[in-house]
Amino acid sequence: MNAPLRLTAGGRIDRTRRLEFSFDGRTYRGYAGDTLASALLAGGVHLMGRSFKYHRPRGPIAAGVEEPNALVTVRRDAGRCTPNLRATQVELYEGLRASSQNRWPSLRFDLGALNDLLAPFIPAGFYYKTFMWPRRAWAALYEPRIRAAAGLGHAPRAADPDRYATRFAHCDVLVVGAGPAGLAAAGAAAELGARVILCDEQSEAGGSLLAASPAGAERPGGFAADAWIEEQLRGLRVRPNVRLLTRTTAFGYFPHNAVALNERLTDHLADPPADLPRERQWQVRAREVVLACGAIERPLVFPGNDRPGIILADAARTWLHRYAVLPGTRAVLVTGCDAAYQTALDLARAGVDVACIADTRPEPQAAARALAEDIPVLNAARVRHTEGRLRVTAIALEGRSAGQAVRMLQPCDLVLMSGGYTPSLHLHSQARGNLRWSGALQCFLPAESRERVRSAGACRGVLTLDAALRDGREAGAAAARAALARDGVRPGPPPAAAPPAEEPAGAAVDAASPHGRGRAFVDWQNDVTSKDLALAVREGFRSIEHVKRYTTTGMATDQGKTSNLNALGIVARVLGSSPPEVGLTTFRMPYNPVSFGAFAGTARGELFDPVRVTPMHPWAEAQGAVFEDVGLWKRARYFPRAGEDLHAAVARECRAVRAGCGLFDASTLGKIEVVGRDAVNFLNRLYVNSFDSLEPGRCRYGVLLRDDGFIYDDGVIARLAADRFHVTTTTGGAPRVLALMEDYLQTEWPELKVWLTSTTEQWAVLAVQGPRAREVLQGLSDIPLGGEALPHMSVASGFIGGVPLRLFRVSFTGELGYELNVPADFGLSLWERLWERGRAYGMCAYGTESMHVLRAEKGYVIVGQDTDGTVTPDDAGLGWAIGKKKPDFLGRRSLSRAALRAPERRQLVGLLTLEPQRVLEEGAQVMAQDGASSPARPLGFVTSSYFSAVLGRSIALGLVSGGRARTGQTLYVPAPGGTLPVQVASPVFYDPSGARLHG
Amino acid sequence: MLLIDCPYCGERPEPEFAYGGQAHVARPARPAEASDEAWADYLYFRRNTRGLHAERWRHIRGCGRFFNALRDTRTDHFLGTYKIGAPPPPLADT
Ligand SMILES: [Zn+2]
Repeated sequence: MNAPLRLTAGGRIDRTRRLEFSFDGRTYRGYAGDTLASALLAGGVHLMGRSFKYHRPRGPIAAGVEEPNALVTVRRDAGRCTPNLRATQVELYEGLRASSQNRWPSLRFDLGALNDLLAPFIPAGFYYKTFMWPRRAWAALYEPRIRAAAGLGHAPRAADPDRYATRFAHCDVLVVGAGPAGLAAAGAAAELGARVILCDEQSEAGGSLLAASPAGAERPGGFAADAWIEEQLRGLRVRPNVRLLTRTTAFGYFPHNAVALNERLTDHLADPPADLPRERQWQVRAREVVLACGAIERPLVFPGNDRPGIILADAARTWLHRYAVLPGTRAVLVTGCDAAYQTALDLARAGVDVACIADTRPEPQAAARALAEDIPVLNAARVRHTEGRLRVTAIALEGRSAGQAVRMLQPCDLVLMSGGYTPSLHLHSQARGNLRWSGALQCFLPAESRERVRSAGACRGVLTLDAALRDGREAGAAAARAALARDGVRPGPPPAAAPPAEEPAGAAVDAASPHGRGRAFVDWQNDVTSKDLALAVREGFRSIEHVKRYTTTGMATDQGKTSNLNALGIVARVLGSSPPEVGLTTFRMPYNPVSFGAFAGTARGELFDPVRVTPMHPWAEAQGAVFEDVGLWKRARYFPRAGEDLHAAVARECRAVRAGCGLFDASTLGKIEVVGRDAVNFLNRLYVNSFDSLEPGRCRYGVLLRDDGFIYDDGVIARLAADRFHVTTTTGGAPRVLALMEDYLQTEWPELKVWLTSTTEQWAVLAVQGPRAREVLQGLSDIPLGGEALPHMSVASGFIGGVPLRLFRVSFTGELGYELNVPADFGLSLWERLWERGRAYGMCAYGTESMHVLRAEKGYVIVGQDTDGTVTPDDAGLGWAIGKKKPDFLGRRSLSRAALRAPERRQLVGLLTLEPQRVLEEGAQVMAQDGASSPARPLGFVTSSYFSAVLGRSIALGLVSGGRARTGQTLYVPAPGGTLPVQVASPVFYDPSGARLHG
Repeated sequence: MLLIDCPYCGERPEPEFAYGGQAHVARPARPAEASDEAWADYLYFRRNTRGLHAERWRHIRGCGRFFNALRDTRTDHFLGTYKIGAPPPPLADT
């Protein structure tokens, strides 16, 4: 396929490197330096997409980041498939495969275009109005269909095989945008010795100068644009204090001058090297920021302004000068300002038949330039309509020519629009910068900000080249001086730069004839017309933020780059107000879409979250344990033997513990060493218990409340010495308990002499539980195990096999039990030794599931399972733990509040199904009556439920209103297949006297 | 991402810190003598200031210390940080 619209010379493409690529399955040719859009245009393809809502045929209207229509999918393979890329930003490479979106069966014939015929019935907000009833149909029927019909591309289903990197950087001056102002700013800052980062979203630096007209006035410092750019870059590259990042979009501005950049490293390469990440996200902290983001040309609003071939004049300039492509053969320019005249003249010189210039102004000064080149100019021009289906074929105009009212139908395949320039305020606005309305430029300009940020060049309305260069140099130098002058002192925000000398650039939003017909589009990407905006105002929307959401203008990936100001102008006019009064909507980050991979960085797969394993983990793995996640921990849930499922394994493990002995890895328990003269005082103030009477060598079950009176954590607290405690916490609660302790110690009671150390990972904890536990341990350590020497709830320090040992006589099973704490490095070897020795005693390794069942048989609560942050000690049956004589502890005052003493509070009780083999569902409601024909208030809910092999029946714990007083009553628990009657019972199902604890 | 000036370590990025809520909420010295209303006020009521806000931070992934900060909630800019127990820094200009 040849490229009929490619010029034989000129442009920044590399004609020595021809590239072949495909679009919707057809093969085309382009050159290195092309974008997908420029290469397709050279090949005569202008139709590149279908619109979001109406499926109208669309071509690109812009040549860069602001393009709303030409969204394509680029596919390398199943995992490397990127939807919604702008064809105007996709750099061409050999073998590139792209396809259009939102059409079926094909781009030229799209059945979805039926929506276009239905347009009168689907105005703004139609989905809010039409699909209200029946409610269920919204999720089942309407939403999926609307989503399928209105759409963007599809995300790939395969995993993303690419790598993404993250980089943190600090600099004195960050310059965003390497156009003329940005290059000048970076140069000036670098000369003063500042560390500079200069980033630009495009493949090369130069900005608007990359499309400078060779015949025009764009001669920076008297040089040709190309030569000037080269000279600037040479000057920057030799400086070690400058980092130049191309293909790098600054997409978000965060407080305190943190700016996020997205660098794309491989998307432009035919064969990306395996060692390169696809993208790199930079998090830059800059002392000073210079925004040189440029300005975006505004479209004009007129009927039929969205046909393929109707484009921004700036886009034509770029395709002509940068890519050496003629965007059409016969052109009409519709404009409200002078800027586009040069482009019309350049097109004419390049061989395009420029049929006429339609200027919305009554007496445009620039007309003389066109007339001198024999291009007719229509004054006070308006557009009545346009014609053409897949491409514009004619434009109907009215206006004045030589003093006469004229109407004409101009055949053409290209219409240029130019409605003035909109400074890119996205980053300034994200930096919480204020805006100022410029009446002359008919746009908002950046005003003061709390951040250390300056704008320079076109993004603050300085639109001529010489002024922008001067502005950039001044901003760069000022930023560098401010950054380098800082010496530990944080300066206030930078003084506001002098406002730009405003020159009327004109700005005709509206070029529609009152006699026009057809829809005039404001937001191409979201298919919003001027009528939609007017309708929204008529229906009562006044705030621009509401209008935006109702009509969807300025939303999605486009963020209103071409549409915001035009929408604002129309809303202001319909409201009878003015743009500054109506105000702009919030600019959201990202400025341009950023891949999820860039945000994830290396945090994926195994690196997504740290995994914590205990010293005995390899043993459990080798035994074929099934693990569960508890916080970040991997814990062995059960140890199935061949042919066993969860229930069989748990039944066997539980029986073994109760009959002989079990070995359990309790290393994940949180452990905090509380040391110091005031340690006992500190614990007295925190926990509900009293520790004054706790002798060294003894343990106490501690309950910790928040000051609101609700249970926060629990655990065994051992007194090792007068000034030293070994505090255990729940597995998940360790960090928050330590944080709470630190909080009170540092902020409420800083006078207390206490030191807190997390020792969770210092100790491996091996629980040996069961009637034969003592026999297993007998003689292994230097600590005597006799009932007298080491009674229940005591602790002793010694050695086991030469290794330090903290031996606790504690039980979470209700059996005789010991917990051996040894330094973590010795956990596995001790485990293996106990396992070897335990065989003779029928020892069984058990996991967390059996641990849960065993403790539930005894009615021991698990904080976070049987409590939910609204449970008091009394609710949980733990009132006995409270030190009655203590004047204060965390939560004590709250416990005397009326609401926390109410008799109808939910209390922890046992629940026994009348059918013993039925197991309740955890979380199920507990009801007073059978059947739920009418809404009934539940009395509570089931918190723990298991089948107990030892008891031969199901057991459950639940929180039930006034529960203890209901003991013996029959209540009802809904379950799949029907309600189950349950009897309220004591939560202690096994060995209520506790005799087994003592062996 | 805020830049927070830990009084012990200097400026560090926000991910190193944990927010600790409104500062200078003193726990009543004798809770038992506090009225229900006063106790509820201490437990549950906070200012939600629009403007200058004294708040607690903890340099949890650094030195571990709690400290106080004055932040303008409208702009997220800090006017200063100070140690627990120390008075807020004088407000030169806002
Ligand atoms: Zn610190």
